[in-house]
Amino acid sequence: MSLFQFWRRKPTATVARDRLQILLAHERSSFGSSDLVARLQEEIIAVIRRHMEIDPDKVQIKLDRGNHVSTLEIDIEVPLSERAKVA
Amino acid sequence: MSKVLVVTSGKGGVGKTTSTAAIGAALAQSGEKVVVVDFDVGLRNLDLVMGAERRVVFDLINVIQGDAKLHQALIRDKRIETLSILPASQTRDKDALTTDGVAKVIAELREKFDWVICDSPAGIERGPAMAMHHADIAIVVTNPEVSSVRDSDRIIGLLDSKTERAMRGERVEKHLLITRYDPARAARGDMLKVEDVLDILSIPLLGIIPESQEVLKASNIGVPVTLNNPETAPARAYQDAVRRLRGETVPMSIPQERRSFVERLFGRRVA
Repeated sequence: MSLFQFWRRKPTATVARDRLQILLAHERSSFGSSDLVARLQEEIIAVIRRHMEIDPDKVQIKLDRGNHVSTLEIDIEVPLSERAKVA
Repeated sequence: MSKVLVVTSGKGGVGKTTSTAAIGAALAQSGEKVVVVDFDVGLRNLDLVMGAERRVVFDLINVIQGDAKLHQALIRDKRIETLSILPASQTRDKDALTTDGVAKVIAELREKFDWVICDSPAGIERGPAMAMHHADIAIVVTNPEVSSVRDSDRIIGLLDSKTERAMRGERVEKHLLITRYDPARAARGDMLKVEDVLDILSIPLLGIIPESQEVLKASNIGVPVTLNNPETAPARAYQDAVRRLRGETVPMSIPQERRSFVERLFGRRVA
């Protein structure tokens, strides 16, 4: 590690504080429903399943909790035959 | 008017039992009638930290199930006349802690004592829920460390929603007790500062207990740290916390170990 990097390094306590602030902001807002993501996943998939057959193994869900914005990314592989039916 | 106080934290190993013993002893020394109640059914340790482990005959569960009267289960401290211990059961299951049973015991204790201090087990299940249920005041014990702060935040949420007071639309008076604090490491940026923890948890600060070897020494011999050597840094920190708990205004400080002339001369502690 260069001297420059050494000086720029954040104290670990500051990193700890920032991580906690972001995490707890989310945990407090979803208090009592710590499985918010799991529920969202279930409900979203249920809605889609009403319209087409999907393979539960071909659903990918990613969550990124940020300071101001969080993103929930749901990636569902839609079978070709279903798409043909819809079309 | 008696007060029910819960010492809680969510996370284990942060110093709930040590703090219960130290605060209970210091409160009793100031003349208040105090009982410390161990809610850690199956893993009782308050009796050991208080040095009463060989005098346990009956326990909280025996009283709840009607196998013993409350006065039979209470152990009078040998050092302080106004201090008693109600141990937890070591063998029974925590499901034996019934809501009605606990309510009855707490009501009876309220009549006999000025302070009923409930030592909560770790976690957020039945044991901790029962320990906090009747609380008027809560001391949230937190280490300056991410997992402890997160768990404390969760416990604060439960104190605000699941306790009897919360259900009546009242509030549990909450206090933060930061334990195992190392001012030197915090100054170097290697440990969360008191202000950081306060900022995140936003409940009033009751005290800062410095990291100290005295805590282990006291528990080794079964004496609350405030009784073992009242001049040590953690003992003075707990005494300050207790004065604040009793409504006194005590300036917040982090007590340091006092070193004797000889120790200072040699630049280190002489064992």
